[in-house]
Amino acid sequence: MKFARVGALALAALLALSACAQGAASPPADELGVITVPAGEPINIAYWGVLSGADSTLGVDSQRGVEIAIEDKGGSLLDHDIVLKTEDGLCTPEGGATAAQKLAADTTLVGLIGSACSDETQGGIQTLTDAGLTTISPSNTRPSFTDADRDATFAGYARTAHSDAFQGKAVAEFVYNEQGLRTAATIHDGSAYAEALQQVFADEFTALGGEIIVQEAVSKGQTDMNPVLTSVAAANPDALYFPIFIAEGGYIAAQAREVSGLEDALLIGSDGMFSPDFITAAGPAAEGMYLSSPNFSAFQDAYASFLEKHTTKYGESPLSAFHAHAYDAANILFAAIEEVAVQNEDGSLFIPKKALRDAIFATSDHQGLTGVLSCSPSGDCGAPLIAVYEVTARETGGEWPPEAPVWPTE
Amino acid sequence: MNARMLERITEFAIWTFLWTFRIVIVLVVVVGSFLTLASGKYDIDTWIRLAVTGAALGSVYALVALGYTMVYGILRMINFAHGEVFMGGAFAGYFTAIALDGAGFLNYSPVTALISVVLMIVVAMIISTLLAVIVERIAYRPLRNAPRLVPLIAAIGASFFLQYTFRGFFGPGVYAYPGVTFLSELVPIPLLQIRWVELLVIVSAIVMMTVLYLFVMRTRIGTAIRAVSEDKSTAALMGIDVNRSIVMTFAVGAAMAGAAGVLYALMFRQVTFFFGFIPGIKAFTAAVLGGIGNVPGAMLGGLFLGEIESIGPILFLDGLGVPSANQLKDVIAFTLLVLVLVFRPSGILGERVTKDRA
Repeated sequence: MKFARVGALALAALLALSACAQGAASPPADELGVITVPAGEPINIAYWGVLSGADSTLGVDSQRGVEIAIEDKGGSLLDHDIVLKTEDGLCTPEGGATAAQKLAADTTLVGLIGSACSDETQGGIQTLTDAGLTTISPSNTRPSFTDADRDATFAGYARTAHSDAFQGKAVAEFVYNEQGLRTAATIHDGSAYAEALQQVFADEFTALGGEIIVQEAVSKGQTDMNPVLTSVAAANPDALYFPIFIAEGGYIAAQAREVSGLEDALLIGSDGMFSPDFITAAGPAAEGMYLSSPNFSAFQDAYASFLEKHTTKYGESPLSAFHAHAYDAANILFAAIEEVAVQNEDGSLFIPKKALRDAIFATSDHQGLTGVLSCSPSGDCGAPLIAVYEVTARETGGEWPPEAPVWPTE
Repeated sequence: MNARMLERITEFAIWTFLWTFRIVIVLVVVVGSFLTLASGKYDIDTWIRLAVTGAALGSVYALVALGYTMVYGILRMINFAHGEVFMGGAFAGYFTAIALDGAGFLNYSPVTALISVVLMIVVAMIISTLLAVIVERIAYRPLRNAPRLVPLIAAIGASFFLQYTFRGFFGPGVYAYPGVTFLSELVPIPLLQIRWVELLVIVSAIVMMTVLYLFVMRTRIGTAIRAVSEDKSTAALMGIDVNRSIVMTFAVGAAMAGAAGVLYALMFRQVTFFFGFIPGIKAFTAAVLGGIGNVPGAMLGGLFLGEIESIGPILFLDGLGVPSANQLKDVIAFTLLVLVLVFRPSGILGERVTKDRA
């Protein structure tokens, strides 16, 4: 009896104390919920993307862009430290789903940069949108992700990367107009990125008046490309477009010239292979092929000082094509957090999730490295300027990245 | 009465389904091949070239399959870590190749190139053997008398352990073998379009498999291995050192796999910590296809699988108008595996397990 009395009194005292400690502030109403960042606790953001395996350069490159953005902010936002967590998406839908689940379970997470591969977003976006989180991708390029009529699973998704609707068109124009070739073949690897991009290329190339002779595919992990190259060579194309990732792209580039019928074909790939790892994988056979990518020469002047910071911090040039996009994505996120966060007297923060999402989508005239960025209601924040670079003896000799695009010439 | 009718109907339905499945697959194969050949889209040179690359790939599968089949024969367990032994050999060969290339020895002349390749294979064989023997000692020997599933799980664990150890040491990136210029040239044989590297792979594989076959059949240790495979306890009673036979089996199988790793990497250049996984599975499939536990069967299964992967998609599906036929390469290979096993469950050369031991 006595215990019950004492217990009840203690419980009441505890409740009263906690109520007092909360302070006068209560979180604002928000349909997706509010994240509370107590005083002295860091603001947690996360980068999710491919960090291991053959395509690790893509994810690591973007992660470094985010890290430099954090450094440029002084490492803190609204008097709270910024802490970056990372999750590996493995460049597969399953990897993306697992990464998204882990991140969605973390209730202190404010916002995300990612994913790196379109496949990862395909697998993970539902979980993140349902958790009320918003992710800004620096390197997903599948066109349908920011279509005006995209479905509700992508409500929490925006990107600073270009849509491949632009990249496929640019490559088609390069092959048809600049190189003057009239027949082409494509090879994809079944991934969300490659399949969509080669289809855009095929449609645009046909619209320009060219002919797509054959559209083949390989599976991920395939090493012997001789059968698929034989099948393509039988149709004798002038150009072979294989917008895939580093491993399979490397095998194709290394083996293409050995197949009779493809010795003189124009080989061209895209930003999934824009990495020194691809040059290593393909070897000297990569010389003379072309790669499309965001046009680095068209970036803003501040890009030069970004490159200096990158070299100082990491001791090498950027490893892939989307570091500047990741930097811009991080800064858009920071600007949105600064805009919607409610600062309390005791130093804690309330960050309402829906307001944050709306602020990101309402971004306009943001001075980024890749351009002056404005986000559309469907999450397209990119400044799509695509260039085609040639892989010359300089690149196969070890210098990366290529200095200037071969097209468009200024 | 009703229950028995239902049972018979279900049995009949299953029987019909299975036979329909078999007939459909055979029809696809026959009709597809006929249509492709009749269309004349590919000339005979192309088919020969595909057969040659298929044989080279198949030889690599055969070498790795030998390790699976021998370990299964002697221990009745699938050594899932075998693919990682293959990968370890490739890495060892890589570092040897880089050293030789740095010294200017690799590309100096065809003779030095050949010596370099032999050196790479020897180093790879040593490293692979070491890996396999260590794994056997630590992960498999303590589980010698455990129920069958336990060593299997230990093998899977060993496989992951080796993969991520290599990843820890060498990172997740791609390592590329230095190009050996002499190997990418065409062999001056008329009618046959084969590169030196493919000829090297096929000849090395044949030589190694012959040596292994003679080893298993003609030497005392080989006879001991075969005796332990047949009946472990009786062999022990006959005075055979069971442990030594088992270690020899692992060592020999791993040496084959290590050499296969170098040959595979010479053909395809790229080496990563994960690259043993898929060839490991394919080689295991080849071993089952040829009859698990049977050494000539593993060789045959490997060659068969390599050829099917190379020629299959174009031959069977191109004629039927299937788009992107090459993406279905694995589907074809494994469907044919199922088909062979359906008609011949113990594999092509598989022996029926004798039930009575006198």
